[in-house]
This record gives sequence, C-alpha cells and structure tokens, in this order.
Amino acid sequence: MTTTEATGKYDVIGTRPIRHDGLDKVTGRARYGADVVQSDLLHAKILRSPHAHARILSIDTQKAEALPGVKAIVTSADLPIIKDQMIDFGETLGNIRLLAENALAHEKVFYKGHAIAAIAATDAHIAEAALDLIEVTYETLTPVLNASDAMQENAPLLHEKMTTRSVAERFARGDDTGQKSNVSSHLQFKNGDLDAGFGKATHIVEREFTTSTVHQGYIEPHTATVYWGTDEHIRVWTSTQGPFGVRTQTAAMLGVPESRVTVYPMEIGGGFGAKINAYLAPLCAILSRKSGHPVKAVMTRSEVFEATGPTSATLMKAKIGCDESGIITAAELWLAYEAGAYPGSPVGAGATTALAPYKIENFLIDGFDVVVNKPKVAAYRAPGSPQAAYAVESTIDELAEKAGLDPIDFRLKNAAEEGDRLPTGVPLPLVGCRDVEEALKNHPHYSAPIEGPNRGRGVAMGFWFNGGNQSSVTMNVNSDGTITLVSGSVDIGGTRAAVAMQAAETLGIAAEDVQPSVGDTDTIGWTGPTGGSRVAFSTGIAAINAAEEIKKEMIKRAAILLETEADNVVEEKGTFSKKDDSSVSLTFQEIAKAQLKTGGPISASAASNPTKVGPAYAGNIVDVEVDPETGKVDILRYTVIQDVGTAAHPSYVEGQLQGGTVQGIGWALNEEYVWSGEGKMANSSFLDYRMPTAFDLPMIDTELIEIPNPGHPYGLRGVGEVPLVPPLAAIANAVYDAIGVRQQHLPISPQNVLESLGTIPAEE
Amino acid sequence: MAVRRTQVQTTLNGEETDFLCEPRQSLLEVLRDELGLTGTKEGCNNGNCGACSVLVNGRVANACCVLGVEAENAEITTIEGIADGDKLHPLQQAFLEEAALQCGICTPGFIVSSKALLDSEPELDEERIRFWLAGNLCRCTGYDKIVRAVLKAAGTSDNG
Repeated sequence: MTTTEATGKYDVIGTRPIRHDGLDKVTGRARYGADVVQSDLLHAKILRSPHAHARILSIDTQKAEALPGVKAIVTSADLPIIKDQMIDFGETLGNIRLLAENALAHEKVFYKGHAIAAIAATDAHIAEAALDLIEVTYETLTPVLNASDAMQENAPLLHEKMTTRSVAERFARGDDTGQKSNVSSHLQFKNGDLDAGFGKATHIVEREFTTSTVHQGYIEPHTATVYWGTDEHIRVWTSTQGPFGVRTQTAAMLGVPESRVTVYPMEIGGGFGAKINAYLAPLCAILSRKSGHPVKAVMTRSEVFEATGPTSATLMKAKIGCDESGIITAAELWLAYEAGAYPGSPVGAGATTALAPYKIENFLIDGFDVVVNKPKVAAYRAPGSPQAAYAVESTIDELAEKAGLDPIDFRLKNAAEEGDRLPTGVPLPLVGCRDVEEALKNHPHYSAPIEGPNRGRGVAMGFWFNGGNQSSVTMNVNSDGTITLVSGSVDIGGTRAAVAMQAAETLGIAAEDVQPSVGDTDTIGWTGPTGGSRVAFSTGIAAINAAEEIKKEMIKRAAILLETEADNVVEEKGTFSKKDDSSVSLTFQEIAKAQLKTGGPISASAASNPTKVGPAYAGNIVDVEVDPETGKVDILRYTVIQDVGTAAHPSYVEGQLQGGTVQGIGWALNEEYVWSGEGKMANSSFLDYRMPTAFDLPMIDTELIEIPNPGHPYGLRGVGEVPLVPPLAAIANAVYDAIGVRQQHLPISPQNVLESLGTIPAEE
Repeated sequence: MAVRRTQVQTTLNGEETDFLCEPRQSLLEVLRDELGLTGTKEGCNNGNCGACSVLVNGRVANACCVLGVEAENAEITTIEGIADGDKLHPLQQAFLEEAALQCGICTPGFIVSSKALLDSEPELDEERIRFWLAGNLCRCTGYDKIVRAVLKAAGTSDNG
C-alpha cells in the first residue's frame, strides 16, 4: 500500500486518529435501524406483487384482519390522493405521486415485489402468516423487460399516459413531444461538427455494449419504526442517508406538514445511494395511526433485492475517432438506461461524465430514460457514470491499440484540464486528470512484467463531478476545553471523524477533543443527504464556519480575561495571547473553563452553501488471469490512483477507494439480476447474487494524488463515488489483453467469457 | 395464538443463562429480540452474509441458521462477549487502528469469525485469513483493511 504521508502542512488534517464512533462499532453497541425498540411495538410485513406487470382488480383483507394478533392493514386506499408534484429531498427531485405509487401500488403493479399491502401484528411471524390471507385478483399484463424491447414502436406501454419529454442541447429543456412511449425523456448534448470530426479521423472504433441490473448490496436491510402519536406528531426512527429527505417524502406522502414529522437517524449499515428513498416509513406511519402502536418494519434480503432500487441495466453504443497522431477528432454516444418502473434513471449523469477525461471538440451524446417492468432504480455511487465509462473506456482502449499507442499515452495526449468544458457546458476547475494519468504511467505496477498465459493488464479512467449541497453544524464548548459537534450528516463511512478533524484543525485542538454526533431533524438545521461524495467536503465547510465563530467568541473572552481589547488578542493553534505582550497568553482550555464567568456558554451554529465543488478523477491498473476452460476471471493485482484533493483522514480515503473498486470488480465479473421470462428475479439472495468475498480478491493498492480543491479551505474534494467508475472498463480491457476478445457484455461471467470465445453458443 | 415456549439453558458470554423461545425462533432472533443482545446483526437471514456470526462451543456459526432450542447446553459467545471487561480484544483494537470498518454493520460478525480463527490457528497468513473470512460479506471496505487488521491482531495477541 502506498500513500502520500501527511505533508506537515496541517496539524490534524492528514493524520489518522481512531474514529470517534469506532468503539461502539467494534463492541456491538452501535444502534442501527433494526436495533430500535419501542414500548408496545408492533411488527409489520409487506404483501408484494408476484407479477411483473398486472392490473390490480381487487384486494380483500377481511380474512387477514380476522387473524388474532393482526392490528392494522394498509393498502393504497389509505394513502391520500396525491397530485403530480416535484419535491426536492436533497440532491434528488422526485414526483411525489410516483414515489407514493412506488411505496404502495395503486391501480397497477409494475414489477415483481411491488408493495400492495402491509400488515402490523403483535409479532413478525403473525404478520407474515397474515399476508397469505390477503386475497388479491390481478389481470396480468405483458411485461417489458429491457430497454431495447421497451423502445420498440409497438411495445406495451407501462404508463398509458406517459409521453417522451425531449431535453435538447445543453440546458435548454425541450418540449413534451406528445409521443406516447416507454421513453420518458430523450436528452442530447452536442458540440462542434460531428461529420467533419469523423471525416478527419484516421481510426474509428464503433462498439455496442450492455450492462446488467446490479444492486448496491449494502449488508443492512432497509428498516423503519414509526409512531404516529395522539398529538398527531409522527416520529420516525430509520436507517437512512438523508433524514431530512425522509421527512420530506413521508410528510408529502401522508399529506401532513413537514413540521409534524421528526426523523431520528440511526446508524446506517451501508447505503451507496439506495437509502435516500423512504419505502417503509409512510406505510409504518399509517399502520401506527390505525393501530395506535409504534410499528416497525425490517425488509428481508429478498425484499431488498426485489423491491428497493438497484441501478440501471443499459444498452449503449460508442463511436470514437482519432487522427494519425492519436488526437480524438469526434465521439458519438447513444445511451439507453433502464429506469425501472418509473422515470428517473441516471442517464443524464452518464452522458455528462463519460467523455470528461478527454478534450473533444466534436461530439454528440443521446441519452434515453426508459421505463421497464423492474424495480425503480435508485442512486448507486456515482450514479450512471460507471456504465457509460465502461462503454467509452473500452472503446478508447481499442482506439489506442488501432493508433499504435500505449493506452495511457493515448489518454495523456487527449487529457482534460482546467477550463475544458463538460458536455453540459460547465468548465472544469483545477482537476488532476493528467496527474492521475502520469501517476498511472509511472507506477511500478504498470511496468511490472506480466508472466504466464491467459494473463493480461487493463487500464481505465473515471470521472465524477461530486456533490456540494448544504449542511448544518452546531458546536458547543465544554468547560474542559473539548467541544461537541452536532451535524445533520449521517455517518456511513467515517465522516464523523473527517468533519471533526476539520473543526479541530480550525480551533487548534486535538481531533480527540471534538465529540461529533449526528442530530435528528428537530435538533439540527436542514442538511442534505449523505451522498454525492459531499459530507467531508460540505459538512466540513459548515464545521469550519462554526469553528471560526467559536474562535471569534473565544478571542472576546480571552480579551476579558487578559484585561485588554479583542483586537489586541491573537490566536495561534489554540493559544490566545496579547499582541503587544506575547508572554501573556491563555489556552483554549483555560478560556473554556472560564466561559460561564465571561459571558455565558460558548456555542455556534453555521451552515455551508459551497459553490465551488471539486470534481474527481480516478484511474485503475488491473491484472487478470482468465481460465480458458471455465471462463472464470481472477483478479491478480489491482492499483487505484485518484486525485483526492486533500485527504482529511487518509485511512478512510483509502477505504473509499478500495471499497468502491471492489464493488466495481463485482459489477464487472459477477453481479447481475438474473431474470426469468416473466420478469421475476431468479437470484434474490446473497448466495446467488454473488458479491466479491475476501477470498476472491488481492489487496487493493492505492495511491492518493493530492491536488487541493480551491473551493474548500483545506482543499478537500469528494472521494467516495469516483472509485466505482473505472473498474468495469479496466477489467474488461485486462480480459481483452489476456484472451484477445473484447468484452461487450457485463458481467464478464464465465458464461459470457466462453460465449465471447465461441466455446459455447450465445444465449438469446 | 401464543405458541408454547421451550426453556433453554446455555452459557452465554461466560454467564449461565436461560431463556424461553418458540421452536421456530432462530438463535439470532432469540439473541436480539428476547435477550436484547443486538450487537449480532441480521444481513440476510439465510446464512450467506455472516453478519450474525457467533461462536457455538468455540466454532463459528451463523446465528440465523441455528434454532434457539439447539443452544441447549451450548456455550455461546457473541460480540458483546469478545472484550475482556474494559480491555478490548486485540482484534477490536486492530480493527480501530487499521480503519477496518466503514458502516460497521458487518464488523461484529468479522470480529467474532476472526476470533475463532485466531483461537484455533496461531500461524496465519493473508491467504488463510481470506479463505476463512469468505463467509463474511463486507460491502464497504473491499476487505483490504480487514485482512490487515486480522494479520495485525494475529501478531499481537498471545494465542487470542
């Protein structure tokens, strides 16, 4: 493992303290959503559709209601009538009517697993038994199971009234086409003259790619516990990335003001984007109101696979050309992303990011958001970017080969830099694209010999624009000179520590002297969800802002204690001294101890509203070995290089790179929803949906490139998402290098490898 | 519709413990819902993720795949019984120092499972640790830092 050691520029930033919440998590004391206990608690189970596409003709709950122990049942008839309205639940806009229909099917079911009813009973076994007593009659409809079928002219329509919205050229939002279709929107980015660009090309590569539905695979299932009190206040204890978003969604679905909902975020057992939607809270809320009890629901693993949001399967075409010297002259992308049952795939992000590592004058990108009879997709770590990057980076690899250039040299010739524009027109700030590529080239892994047959090496780049969004922080000074730091950001992977370290750095105290915690929606100001690689960056800025306020107040108090004017006090690294007599000074601790005698408790609240978000580039080098008899691919060696801005806590930054990369390895080699012809997932368990285990992997080496983000006081940029972007293509390129056949379908499973070699016939 | 419950006697984290459970209840359900030991986590409830790893008579078991009634006369160790009072087990200390956890939901299972390995095999290398831990899924870390933490604990613990 190679890392850039702390530069010494900072005292706390760049060091590796033990995370503040670590002790509770290694002793089993940390409380997650499923650990919530309430007095007089009921347990809920959910009845789900056995069909991928059907009209609900009737629901009869009488027999279930009669089962002893059953206390309440909810169907869509219990939800208020909700009109189309876009709500903002933090980074994501959603149509609340469709969110509600997804949480509880109204007239039609759109995927196997779609919730139809929920039952609260005195124990979970009784609730489960009662599900079988609900009688539902359906009129089954023909399911539409992939983007290609869904886009056919005569395809059955999921939503009879849905028409294609055309989003043409950059930011201009085009008109509704009025065309009834399963394509909810068609976006287009274009620049320059595509035909002229390809006319100048000496080499052109054109390929078609597909990727499968994959799941985020967090180990903790979704859960919610809700109590709708007689005071009409609704309390929600849940595992979520965004407590304020759960509040917004729950209130909107129930038709109550947000102020009547309080969300208490519990520890969260992974999310990767998929725990922003509120699937369970609205159902538990109605069950609670009907029964008068608090109600808890915990999904099974199969429910997590079948009824939450995986990410899009895709059908993509890429065409890229370059001139004799290897300069890219034109690129054309055609991207169709499955949204699942309702509109809203991440195709826009895929279209925005895929060409971002390159300077390209002439391009055309078409993106299609396509509804199919599968669960509605949710965000998954750099949503939409890994798929499109797989298409582009595979095509670039082949183009470099045609041009007779080393794949990293080819990328360096075309590397994006500050001022180059994304397809949206947004110019790039200072970024480390070229720095990452040079580090790839210079890494000992890249020049190490590859020995043995059927082995190969691949490289790829990835880009993610990162999120900013707003956060709130409240800080209190304790009399012993420590501080408490309450933020609204749920901590998924060590952000309490990363945020606390920024406060400590600003105040000149130790990381251990900051006690960070996560507030509920009543105790802390509005904060966007933990997502978009934004918490260490944006909540960090809120913490720095609050710490600056604290420092100002400490200077005033020091002046009182030193019997001088505030402008005669200077602070350096937690020591406050007189400007005109530096021999007279006070420590942070001494001022803290005297706070009640010098004017009262010292506290500050601050928010962040960052405008300069630092995007991130990552690059991979991977060695693989392919077994030509079985088609199995083994990862032999893996190196991840990423521009991380400033690494606040390098161990947790490395952890993001390693974890994201291994999700990418799973996506590339193993993971896929296997669908029956009727649209039923055939592998909804961790046994059959095969995520990488420790035994499948080598160590994941990381190299942190630190190009400080000018938009953050300490140079932080988001690090969490981009690691998932390069692996799909890097591994596909390595497999090509090993066996000489391009891999155009993910996963690169044994079956797909053998099909690509012609060893077995291709499956339809 | 109350189901008749069976009395079960065990030694749980070193203490003689008895509990009542329904025949259909798993040991995981008993630990979490009847005994309030929520450190053992449920990730899949069918033996595929290892989040509910506990030691039954010193051997690793998925508590979701053991019935509560099967714990009769067994010695059960859960994550709550790994530390020696205030003194963390070397594995717990190593997981903290090596940053071997992110969300933390799989961490109790990894620590319990690794303890069984350390207790039974003093000589460990990366390959053996990776093989042993293949029954525990982690989705956050990519396993790198977990494997390093177990290697570190193996070097510092006097036979566990």
